[in-house]
Amino acid sequence: MQTTVVREQELSNVKSHIKKERRQLLIRRFLSNKLAVTGSIIIVIILLFTFAGPLFASHDPYELEAKQRLLEPSAAHIFGTDNYGRDLFSRVAHGAKVSIGVGFFVAIITSILGMIIGLYAAYYRSLDNILMRLCDGLMAFPAILLAIAIMAALGPRVENVIIALSIVFTPYVARTVRSSALVIKEQTYIEALKAQGAGATRIIWVNIAPNVISPLVVQATFIFADSIITEAALSFLGAGIPAPAPSWGNLLYDGKMVIFNAWWMTVFPGIAIMLTVFGLNLFGDGLRDLLDPHNNKAKK
Amino acid sequence: MSVQQIPIEQPLLEVRNLKKYFPVTNSLGKVTGHVQAVNDVSFNMKKGETYGLVGESGCGKSTTGRTVLRLIEPTEGETIYKGENIYQLKGRKLMDMRRELQMVFQDPYSSLNPRKRIGHILEETLKIHRIGSKQERMDRVMDMLNKVGFQSEQYFRYPHEFSGGQRQRIGIARALMVDPSLIICDEPVSALDVSIQSQVLNLLEEIQDEFNLAYLFVSHDLSVVRHIADRIGVMYLGQMVEEAPTDELFAQPLHPYTKALLSAVPLPNPMIKRERITLKGEVPSPINPPSGCVFHTRCPHATEICKKNVPVKRNVAPNHAVACHLYE
Amino acid sequence: METKLLEVKNLKTHFNTERGRVTAVDGVFFTVHAGETVGVVGESGCGKSVTAESILRLLDEKSTEYEGEILYKGKNLLTSTINEMQAVRGNDISMIFQDPMSSLNPVYTVGNQIVESIMLHQNVNKKEAYEKAIEMLRLTGIPSPEKRIHEYPHELSGGMRQRVMIAMALSCQPKLLIADEPTTALDVTTQSQILDLINELKVKFNMGTVMITHDLGVVAEVCTKVVVMYLGQVIEESDVRSLFSSPYHPYTDGLLKSIPQLTGDRSKKLHVIEGKVPTLHQVPKGCRFAPRCAFANEKCHDEMPELVQADTSRKVRCWHYKEIFQAGEESPYVSAADSY
Repeated sequence: MQTTVVREQELSNVKSHIKKERRQLLIRRFLSNKLAVTGSIIIVIILLFTFAGPLFASHDPYELEAKQRLLEPSAAHIFGTDNYGRDLFSRVAHGAKVSIGVGFFVAIITSILGMIIGLYAAYYRSLDNILMRLCDGLMAFPAILLAIAIMAALGPRVENVIIALSIVFTPYVARTVRSSALVIKEQTYIEALKAQGAGATRIIWVNIAPNVISPLVVQATFIFADSIITEAALSFLGAGIPAPAPSWGNLLYDGKMVIFNAWWMTVFPGIAIMLTVFGLNLFGDGLRDLLDPHNNKAKK
Repeated sequence: MSVQQIPIEQPLLEVRNLKKYFPVTNSLGKVTGHVQAVNDVSFNMKKGETYGLVGESGCGKSTTGRTVLRLIEPTEGETIYKGENIYQLKGRKLMDMRRELQMVFQDPYSSLNPRKRIGHILEETLKIHRIGSKQERMDRVMDMLNKVGFQSEQYFRYPHEFSGGQRQRIGIARALMVDPSLIICDEPVSALDVSIQSQVLNLLEEIQDEFNLAYLFVSHDLSVVRHIADRIGVMYLGQMVEEAPTDELFAQPLHPYTKALLSAVPLPNPMIKRERITLKGEVPSPINPPSGCVFHTRCPHATEICKKNVPVKRNVAPNHAVACHLYE
Repeated sequence: METKLLEVKNLKTHFNTERGRVTAVDGVFFTVHAGETVGVVGESGCGKSVTAESILRLLDEKSTEYEGEILYKGKNLLTSTINEMQAVRGNDISMIFQDPMSSLNPVYTVGNQIVESIMLHQNVNKKEAYEKAIEMLRLTGIPSPEKRIHEYPHELSGGMRQRVMIAMALSCQPKLLIADEPTTALDVTTQSQILDLINELKVKFNMGTVMITHDLGVVAEVCTKVVVMYLGQVIEESDVRSLFSSPYHPYTDGLLKSIPQLTGDRSKKLHVIEGKVPTLHQVPKGCRFAPRCAFANEKCHDEMPELVQADTSRKVRCWHYKEIFQAGEESPYVSAADSY
């Protein structure tokens, strides 16, 4: 009994040592990946802006001041004011929460749904046909049109934007997961499991799923970015987040009418969208290089 | 089947008239023919015996191994294990069969899940068969790791941290976790370097003695099979053409294909100069195998009868069977 | 006096990788004469393929650095210009690879590919090139080459593809053929056909051949001289008979003993070389085989031995080869040959 305890103690030391080694290696590799580092710096800045920005915003984003309409950027209003006299900086800062929140939730929901659909489609050939044709059908519509149609059916609410975008983007995730899972399914270790009598649930969730996580995470980053753009487009077309809530898309919508008089109303939200999407895409590309096992080997 | 022989011991495993045809479809999904991967193969194995299945690529040796394990359902035929046809097993009994018959694979890289720790890979077999508590399972895994030459702390390592030979030892350990009685070894050393190959072969021999294991050893490498097998079956184009105890097969090969195969192996000894039998032509397509004896298109001794009649595998010596018209 | 075709002198090939500089080949010497087959043998990671690729400079020029000399007919290939190299490749020195599938382009017929390589190096028109290609295919034993020439690589079997590769490599009648594991992907009966073919053509064209392989059986069958490599270095060079009957280097000896035999006693346990080949990132500072060598002492761990002339036709890289060889038991190969 005593020896088992000692052995266990020893082993858990070994385990934590190995974990530490692995973590250090990962950090080193991450730091040597310029794309991932640049991308994550941009994302951190945007996140800081999202969460800390509203604290610095001295004005209420909904406060209307008729006298202060369409002021150019100045010390009092560093991004200027909009056509209702609301402070643009505080609207962009508050809008960040909405836009990034939508992107985040869409990325999470599509990942979960896409994983389930993709894994089962890959494992069961009979399901594959049904699920993939369904995905093909959804993917046949331009993303934005499909989103507008769903929004029209559901009504303008933030939750509905998330639902609509999730429906639009899930097929893309499902396809990625399925194609990775198909490769994994043909590996010998899956055959080994079958030879040992393992059931489908064990094979799918314990053995295939961990192997599709990396492509899934990369895909989720891109979906995150895409959702922010599509949300902006939806709101810009008036089919997204209902006014007066600030989202980057709504801000662009407001700016559209006065684009020749007040450049700042379109430029600042535009820059916010661009930076966020750029940061996410850089990060996604970097992540793909990091997680791709072919890049881990020493390059010849 | 054979009446004249009185079985001293019930065979551990008996394969009877096994056939596996894979359908070939055209681009429209219509079945246009069948690949006759395994065509009427029979053999049996005793407890603790190593049976070598040799032949060149496409001869159906691997398919035979996989079909015996029911990783592939056969087209026809049966495999009797412990008095029961494994193709009819269900539920509990099927799980028992899956526990007692294990497999070691050729590719040491793709046969271990890269996302799982070595310890968890070995433990998974126990989990599948619901053996032991968490603590007991861990102890068994540790013991097994020590047995195949690893230290306990390797438990937490991932497969990519091991070399090919080490991974193959882990693959062997995985098969041993659940006390099998028979392990199907599908080319277990062909992906390894010579010096590593000998380590793995020695390990296989050690554990065979310790656990009283039977091996169905599938390989294209004749010198490896000669080293490890007690009896050998030679396959060509889905059929077993000759079967004999190892020493007898190498001393006195009968079938013209076996002769050619043996003479083609390059010997690591420049002092020996042998007469090499070079076969003409290529292995015919298994979709449309030749009539009569499948080997007649390349056989230096083929006569008219070989083109017409299929030779039956028959005993020419007590344990030596050959399917060839020359020995009728 | 036979002509010295190729002379590799202290070749070193370095790769610049993410994880630092790696020296895959570190001290390779050998000479190839016309009509001679030199075997380069070793286990995976010993640098034998990199050596072959270095001779033709097929490695990525940006991340690779070479040292030493590769003299082809007295001219150093390592200092040649790209244009000079291209004139040498395929024309004077040809190479065949292990995997006959991926070395043929799947979208062109085999004829197209052979014709292309003929027209690249020889001043002939398309019709002549086609005739030449058919003649080469016939020479390599492909039945009805007029028909086969119009087929795509996937329509041919592995053995046929390797014949096509050989036909292509020999179409310009090179002086030197480098064969990198030419039969590893093939079955034994096909392997023996291909080895016979290479031997036959070697005599016919009086070619020098470098046979890169891990299979000591192949070496014994076709080579006249052998170079054994371990972890990027040549550790022994010998004529083929002496090597198999009395290896000098403990690694060569261990390697020979660890292969299962087709003759002799089979109940004996196989010899095992303990440990594994270190990675190129952790090369031992002394003799590279020392950590796995039963005879290693302090000197072996501390100082790297040079490749020295052991007797007239043999070289070895070992501090103790004399003592080991004299004390060593009779090699099993001599006795196996006698009893056969």
